[in-house]
Amino acid sequence: MSTPVLSVRDLVVEIPTRHGILRPVDHVSYDIHAGEILGVVGESGAGKSMTGNAVIGLLDPPARITVGQILLSGEPVHALKGEKLRRLRGKRMAMIFQDPLTSLNPLLTVGEQLEETILEHMNVSQAEARRRAVAQLEEVGIPAAEARIGSYPHEFSGGMRQRVVIALALCAEPELVIADEPTTALDVSVQAQIIALLKRLCRERGVAVMLVTHDMGVIAEAADRVAVMYAGRLAELGPVREVLTRAHHPYTAGLMASTPLASQGRKRLVQIPGAMPRLGNLPQGCAFHPRCDRAQDVCRRDPGPTLDAYRGRAACWFPLNTEEKAAT
Amino acid sequence: MSALIKVEGLTRVFDVSKPWLNRVIERKPRALLTAVSDVSFEIEENSVYALVGESGSGKSTIGKIMVGLVPPSKGKVEVDGVDLATEKDNAKVEAVRAEIQMIFQDPYASLNPRWRVRNIIAEPVAAKGGDTKGLAEKLLEQVGLSAADASKYPHEFSGGQRQRICIARALASNPKIIVCDEPTSALDVSVQSQVLNLMTDLREELGLTYLFISHDLTVVQHMADKIGVLYLGRLVEEAPRDRLFSAPKHPYTQMLFDAAPRMDAFGREVEPPKGEIPDAINPPPGCAFHPRCPIAIDRCRTERPLMRPIGDTRVACHRAE
Ligand SMILES: Nc1ncnc2c1ncn2[C@@H]1O[C@H](COP(=O)(O)OP(=O)(O)OP(=O)(O)O)[C@@H](O)[C@H]1O
Ligand SMILES: Nc1ncnc2c1ncn2[C@@H]1O[C@H](COP(=O)(O)OP(=O)(O)OP(=O)(O)O)[C@@H](O)[C@H]1O
Ligand code: SF4
Ligand SMILES: [Mg+2]
Ligand SMILES: [Mg+2]
Repeated sequence: MSTPVLSVRDLVVEIPTRHGILRPVDHVSYDIHAGEILGVVGESGAGKSMTGNAVIGLLDPPARITVGQILLSGEPVHALKGEKLRRLRGKRMAMIFQDPLTSLNPLLTVGEQLEETILEHMNVSQAEARRRAVAQLEEVGIPAAEARIGSYPHEFSGGMRQRVVIALALCAEPELVIADEPTTALDVSVQAQIIALLKRLCRERGVAVMLVTHDMGVIAEAADRVAVMYAGRLAELGPVREVLTRAHHPYTAGLMASTPLASQGRKRLVQIPGAMPRLGNLPQGCAFHPRCDRAQDVCRRDPGPTLDAYRGRAACWFPLNTEEKAAT
Repeated sequence: MSALIKVEGLTRVFDVSKPWLNRVIERKPRALLTAVSDVSFEIEENSVYALVGESGSGKSTIGKIMVGLVPPSKGKVEVDGVDLATEKDNAKVEAVRAEIQMIFQDPYASLNPRWRVRNIIAEPVAAKGGDTKGLAEKLLEQVGLSAADASKYPHEFSGGQRQRICIARALASNPKIIVCDEPTSALDVSVQSQVLNLMTDLREELGLTYLFISHDLTVVQHMADKIGVLYLGRLVEEAPRDRLFSAPKHPYTQMLFDAAPRMDAFGREVEPPKGEIPDAINPPPGCAFHPRCPIAIDRCRTERPLMRPIGDTRVACHRAE
């Protein structure tokens, strides 16, 4: 297989606090290939954003990478700093946040922002930069792009603003795009438009996409593979259909079962008891064991299960749905 | 069955104009935003009526009108035969008001951080001079927490537990009706089901009636008996749950269903809907949905469609059949 665009190896992010060291990202490893969308799901505080921010070099101190490697097309980037990191960001990897306004400068027109980014990262003339800016806006579906290029961010609706952000993320033709809850603030109809756009761009341009969301429906429709995070760790990683329909980790299975589904009708919903533990308060062994109905003594013992526990798919000593499918 | 709640011609207009001086300088007219426009529906006792719609469609405003937090500009809300706007007997209005409680989306913002849970829950009753001895403890157990939690502060609880506290507080005054405004939107999926199950149990045990506001179609489909779909402040379709999901009649309802992401639709490729919700200050004339509607005709651009029954569905569309 070709070298993955992104390769995260054994990543640990730590935050020193008065009460000890917290680990919002705890030995996480995964790859994303060109043209592939990796969905990252998990509940609030599971470490999804922290993982994305670590990859793109946007961790807010005191959070920092203490262990592990981040390889961009095989090249280590986790130790880059200052100007080198800034040039990499924007050029080879880009970020799309939930709130489009955090990525846009309110004082510049969208055209100025696009042209600035293109000129910074690509070796082109001013006129060519402008031409590309218009083409990029057209590509993300801004109607009358030529006319709107002189507008300021606040003159666009929320959905249109997010399109502008996507245009900005893509204009320097990055290899990797990290989209952190890009549609959470948008209405379903606009969400559908943005997801369709991301899928098309990923496919047509061969960009690798890390799509962070807590919406399993979005994951099912958009992602090729999915990583399920729990308390800073990867609980499960695999092809999206496999993971969602034949979950191996009890947490993934619980998540799927507790989501209301049309086909279930009015049945009582399955409940996972309790809530995800806080970082300063993680139980020994498997972080999920206090809520797990399969837990046995080994689950409460350190070290906890890692992804290798079951063929690189689930970090669990007693995974579900593991019987081999009958060979046909 | 008789309707416990009757909402008729409910309308709410907000004045969102800039200050007078700015208007004069910029030569801007007054800006009026119609958040709720001529909405009528009925809720039967011990049923769950859901309002769905995208952001800004007027769901919360209707909820707030129901509990008296926002007065309507026109129209009326009748509960148990008492018209809340015109009833002269204050005691009667008070009694009915006490029967309607509200639960909000954000369980973090809606609990006073400096109060103990006991006081938070008992406050609505204490304010009316009622007996609050042991009340909080009893309600905490009813919502699946423990009596000992009464002496704790909100920050000691997780999001799901806080929403249980909000539910306990709503139950304190022995309501008949609870308006739930996105009660699980701020919660994680694994906790959402705990709260939804609790709400279902309480409805059965206490004979409650819910007005359930949500933008999440799967949650609504799970909880509701009857569903009203709102678009730009207007009720565009209403139907019993199964009917709505099996045979949506309004083009907007159909668009909403098609666009909603589905957990079983792996790699689905659909043409996403076109356009966005228009500005509520200047809604399109005629049918507010016509600029995005794939089957609009001339009449849709000029004449606002009225609600009309088709079977047990009510729909506001010139072309629905
Ligand atoms: N400065 C900090 N000090 C202590 N803990 C922190 C700090 N910043 C973040 N955390 C913790 O790190 C963990 C990971 O947070 P992260 O933002 O990655 O979660 P997430 O999965 O993106 O959640 P959400 O769905 O809410 O966005 C959380 O438990 C958070 O409380
Ligand atoms: N106090 C107010 N002053 C001015 N405008 C208001 C006020 N309250 C609501 N609105 C406007 O009324 C419209 C309906 O708002 P409402 O909050 O009822 O929508 P909603 O359906 O609950 O949306 P969401 O899903 O975002 O909660 C919106 O356009 C909103 O901006
Ligand atoms: S390792 Fe044990 S506790 Fe953890 S999910 Fe698997 S069975 Fe449950
Ligand atoms: Mg996040
Ligand atoms: Mg609302």
